[in-house]
Amino acid sequence: MSGVDPNLPSPPDSRDRPRVGVDDWVASAEERLDRRRGVAGAVERTWKGLPVALRFIVLTGPIALLPLLTSNLYVIRVGTNTLIYMLLALGLNIAVGFAGLLDLGYVAFFGFGAYVYAILSSGHFNWHLATWKSIPIVVALSALLGLLLGLPSRRLFGDYLAIVTLFFLQIFDVVANRGSELSFLGFGGKHDLTGGPNGIANIDSFRVFGHRLDPLAVTPYFYASLITFIVVAIALYLLSESRIGRAWRALREDPLAAELLGTPVNRLKLLAFSLGAAIAGLTGTLFAGLNTAVFSTSFDITLLIMIYAMVILGGAGSLAGVAIGAVVVNVSLEVLRTPDHARWIFYLAILVGLGFVLRPWWKVAAVLGSTAVFGLVVRAIAVHLWSKQTHGQLQSAGNLGGVLRHWVVLPTNPDRIGNYAFVLLIAAVIVLTTLKGIWRLALLVPTLYLTAFVWENRLVVEPSVTRLLLIGAILIVLMNARPQGLFGTSRVEIV
Amino acid sequence: MELLAFDPSFFVDELTAGLTLGAVYALIALGYTMIYGILKLLNFAHGDVYMIGAYIGYFVLTGLGGPLAPRVPLVPLILLMFLVAMVGCGLLGVVIERFAYRPLRNAPRIAPLITALGISFFLESSAQLLFGAQIRSYDTFDLHNSVLFVKGIHTTVHGVRIDLSLVRIIVILSAVVLMLALTVLVRKTALGKAMRATSYDREAAAMMGIDVDRVIVATFFIASALAGAAGVMVGLVFQQVSNFMGFQAGLKAFTAAVVGGIGNVPGAMLGGFAVGLAESFAEGYWSSTFKDAIVFGLLIAFMLLRPTGLLGTPAIQKV
Repeated sequence: MSGVDPNLPSPPDSRDRPRVGVDDWVASAEERLDRRRGVAGAVERTWKGLPVALRFIVLTGPIALLPLLTSNLYVIRVGTNTLIYMLLALGLNIAVGFAGLLDLGYVAFFGFGAYVYAILSSGHFNWHLATWKSIPIVVALSALLGLLLGLPSRRLFGDYLAIVTLFFLQIFDVVANRGSELSFLGFGGKHDLTGGPNGIANIDSFRVFGHRLDPLAVTPYFYASLITFIVVAIALYLLSESRIGRAWRALREDPLAAELLGTPVNRLKLLAFSLGAAIAGLTGTLFAGLNTAVFSTSFDITLLIMIYAMVILGGAGSLAGVAIGAVVVNVSLEVLRTPDHARWIFYLAILVGLGFVLRPWWKVAAVLGSTAVFGLVVRAIAVHLWSKQTHGQLQSAGNLGGVLRHWVVLPTNPDRIGNYAFVLLIAAVIVLTTLKGIWRLALLVPTLYLTAFVWENRLVVEPSVTRLLLIGAILIVLMNARPQGLFGTSRVEIV
Repeated sequence: MELLAFDPSFFVDELTAGLTLGAVYALIALGYTMIYGILKLLNFAHGDVYMIGAYIGYFVLTGLGGPLAPRVPLVPLILLMFLVAMVGCGLLGVVIERFAYRPLRNAPRIAPLITALGISFFLESSAQLLFGAQIRSYDTFDLHNSVLFVKGIHTTVHGVRIDLSLVRIIVILSAVVLMLALTVLVRKTALGKAMRATSYDREAAAMMGIDVDRVIVATFFIASALAGAAGVMVGLVFQQVSNFMGFQAGLKAFTAAVVGGIGNVPGAMLGGFAVGLAESFAEGYWSSTFKDAIVFGLLIAFMLLRPTGLLGTPAIQKV
């Protein structure tokens, strides 16, 4: 590309003006990428210059080393779960990222795979099918179910498709949860298909070439998941670079234009649904084998939102992006379980966030310094005024907690005042988004302190609520700040 | 079999239950349909606004002395519950629109949808954090010696027992009044005209001098206020309030909006009653365990046969 005429108006980069229809901006897109200087630019160029196979090895290699580095079963289990989430994210990415079809029933396929494996290979009906038989059956049935659910996509567009698939998830939920008394229109007595709320327990573990994979040792399942992930990721990469992958992208960008150009739109939609469902079903078998039991509560709307968060966070359509998104979401949610680790992650995230939002660096330093001083002053005043009310305990104080104890006000009864502070914090954040310049910096200081106050007194105490709360907040903030996801490239629309 | 013996009293019972449920669904569905009509946005957070409305009603009731010893007479008490919940939810809706959806007006379609799911999560877990996970009860049965449940229509016509308690009458009537008010607003006022114009073509409406942002804010206020009213109604009739009540009800109401033809205001009312009656009869005559599966299964079939809904007109795709 040749250089841009300096007389042209500067490209609209501010967020409030859409990047639509500015041809010179579009034309210079690659150039601007190249212009990125410094260490980050050099790293990015080197990375882009590496062959794809090498990049893949660099990304997945360290994962394989995990069981060698630690013998802590808990860590390996988290790693296995993360791999399962990565697989799920890859599967969802086919329909959502490649083909642009909004599938809100995806978790049902995961659950379906887990349940079918549980029914085939357990004492539930005493079938005890061998692994090499039951896994292909599960994958084939999941693909078939995906095909069936994909059928409405021939007629329905966008939001309507989302609704139908969401209904499907609800039906799956009811059937799984109430499947212990299944009957056909009231005839033929009751059959126990899914074990109802009790689920199906004592599922057979995997048998590969005569070796039984011990679920208690976890490591075999870690490697089984890793191998599955590698196979699926390579297959999806090849597929996305093929004719079919290009056709999916054409379908995503403009279904009508794709159809007019002779793309078999309906067949592609069905393929996307069915392939995604097959991957989810396959992942379901891993899940069932690892946990040796399935319950209907594992496959609910919360899981759906989490997988969507992973795909969206990484940037729908990018394979590496969604896999990294899955790692980020799952690991950080896992870390939130223990208060002391959660504290580190939380404050680090705030620091990184500040670094992104505030430029140049001295503003960050100024805000942090003022917050520290502000906190000390507030604490001194609070302890002086209400000396009897400020004897709260810090939840599981580690190194960081030892410092924070002298900085955050800790009321003796934190519940009520913590709730008020939480509402106040939401209000403060909302007001913050409307302010500009020095006022924003000024309000940022008490808001940061309030965040720490709410975190220490209220959120750390209830990790299960906090996890969901943070997912929600992150989704809202991320969508408003970067609708294309962290690793996705922003789409340039030419009107 | 008991299925074959037709019991008219039982039928009437299911009918009144279905109408009550339908009134609630219809009010939430109206909000869904108005917001979809104007922004083409599936506002998944709408069900949780309704949940917040139910909580606001609960806190007004307990704040005024609780159901056992209310400090205000019955009629102003119920009016106050409705009013505070509607205004509170309306403001909540406006805040959500302003800070979560407005920056995404021109973003790809998936971004506001995911944001809506995020808000739904956020509201649900905030409610759990603030109000606790336990189920709260309005205990309206205790109000003035359970006048709400004892009074009402209890007669027998030609051997058919009809029981329509006062609280159900209040719910159905107030829902109808709100719907009529909304219809008048949309059909007769300048704001309604602006809303219709904006939902028809936002850009053209802006060019004609309509302040689109204000219209959208007004839509969110009205839609969320209706959801708040629905929350109080559910509290009055079914009494139980929890932070998880939003998603299911929101889903059903959304269904109702789709059945009626999304974006269509009379359609949402019709759809609300249709879904409420379907649920009630499916529960009474078919299977109470699988009523949700039956309702959703029927809906998938309906969507496939008539994607535009009962009153919707097929959208003409412009290129």
